[in-house]
Amino acid sequence: MNGGPRQVGAGYKSQYLRFAYPALAITAAVIVFPWAFTVYMSLHDWKIGQQREFVGLANFARLAGDERFLESIGHTLYFTVLAVLLPLIIGTAAALVFNERFPLRGLFRAIFILPMMATPVAVALVWTMMFHPQLGVLNYLLSQLGLPPQLWVYSPQTVIPSLVLVEVWHWTPLVMLIVLGGLASAPTEPYDSAKIDGASPWQVFRHITLPLIMPFLLVAAVIRTIDALKAFDTIFVISQGGPGTASETINLFLYLQAFSFYNIGYASAVTIVFFVLIVILAMVLLWLRQKAKWS
Amino acid sequence: MVVTAARMRKLAGRLAFGFSVFVIVSPAILVMLWMLSLSLKTEVDNMSFPPVFVPSPPTLANFLDVFEKNRIETYFLNSVIVSGLATLVAIAVGVPAAYGIAKAQAHKLAMLTLIARITPALSYLIPLFILFQWIGLTGTIWPIVVTHLVITLPIFIYVMIGFFEGLPQELEEAALIDGCTLWQAFRYVALPLARPGIVVGAILSIIFSWNNFVFGAVLGGRQTRTLPVAVFNMLTFEQVSWGPLAAAALLVTLPVLLLTLLIQKEIVGGLTAGGVKGA
Repeated sequence: MNGGPRQVGAGYKSQYLRFAYPALAITAAVIVFPWAFTVYMSLHDWKIGQQREFVGLANFARLAGDERFLESIGHTLYFTVLAVLLPLIIGTAAALVFNERFPLRGLFRAIFILPMMATPVAVALVWTMMFHPQLGVLNYLLSQLGLPPQLWVYSPQTVIPSLVLVEVWHWTPLVMLIVLGGLASAPTEPYDSAKIDGASPWQVFRHITLPLIMPFLLVAAVIRTIDALKAFDTIFVISQGGPGTASETINLFLYLQAFSFYNIGYASAVTIVFFVLIVILAMVLLWLRQKAKWS
Repeated sequence: MVVTAARMRKLAGRLAFGFSVFVIVSPAILVMLWMLSLSLKTEVDNMSFPPVFVPSPPTLANFLDVFEKNRIETYFLNSVIVSGLATLVAIAVGVPAAYGIAKAQAHKLAMLTLIARITPALSYLIPLFILFQWIGLTGTIWPIVVTHLVITLPIFIYVMIGFFEGLPQELEEAALIDGCTLWQAFRYVALPLARPGIVVGAILSIIFSWNNFVFGAVLGGRQTRTLPVAVFNMLTFEQVSWGPLAAAALLVTLPVLLLTLLIQKEIVGGLTAGGVKGA
């Protein structure tokens, strides 16, 4: 992709592909086989430890009428919209800051990206303690600001926004890194002329920076959407989908069906619907990216 | 007077900028410090409201408690074995694969690693869980190592494809003209140049494999669970005693945080390459 001609390498394409055979063999075993096997399982009524029976698309028909599943789609989309938009906004602001030169920038950037490298289970444990309605540090901080205490993850109304808060804390750094990459590759000429024209910082951001980083923001949106849809560890540790089923996302529902109820066939059908949903949303965002590129 | 006014404005601007840096990094710092604070305080201090922020005096009792009541060493070793083996396999097959894919410009194969990233982890887990039951391997550490390849291999190959595409072509071309085989050109020319990329790719796959929870949670037995799973079990089975929980959380994530701080520049480079090329 570096543009230069490759007379020597070009004729060897099939030979170069042989380098990938061992990796392809492993990929076939641990990635492609599970996909194929999932499709097979989804067509069966299959509980672990019991006889399996071919039922065609019955699992999918049952899903369409399963209220708990339909609700979990709603929870997932609610969580995803917030967990994509907020990191995009905050991450862009942080990238603008880290794009400036200042002392100890490397150290501060390293600290800023610590959350995304931290072990999700550890992060979730700390947030669980911070959310505690009586003893948690968050309610103490709210009281210092003169705000009423919240129930956080202990109330069906606030559980999803609270989980979003953890997700935003956890994954805003990834958005920042992607946008920072975009800022680094931006040309300097438009900024120089804007300076001469006396544009305000907001005008510069709105009319120069934002269009320049738009493709990067859309990439970040795609990655964030995929990851938010798939969010599992922190939700599983902090709320287990509760209270009741108030924060049960598709992934949590899937886990329960598979590894609490051992409904393997039904869970496989959920997997396929879930995967299709992820692909559709990713495609929509990629299509937006293409549009942004050409206009 | 005009000069001083301008100077004042510049100073105010700098202060505002410094403040925004502070605001941006403080959530990360505060949560980490709170974890540290909880782990170093007595249970009485941890259960008091308003909260005690600075442990006085700090105590290591929570850490001792964690080591006494749990076989942390075993779980630590399990995590090292799982992340280490899964990353070693990823390096062994991933370096040549990424080289081949970059050279042949096989974008469809590169797409495969992307699709692997899109797929929810649970959709690998269900079929592999059944498979390992049939083979009779459940309870051993091998299923966990194998499923962690789902994490390490795509990350590693992804970082390496980007790295190989960025390497200059001339040296290998000269080697080929001099009569080297493709394998020799790879082994003696490209591979030594790729070492920094291998380090970054390996560290990223170790970290993401170390952090993984769900594979170990489902496939791990009493003896074979990984560190994050062991810490999660403390939450459910020992009931809430905040000090030891925070100490355990810190023990799990500290190696990763230190690694990140030590080689932040390389990690940022690797993540940016992977992220930006991620779609």
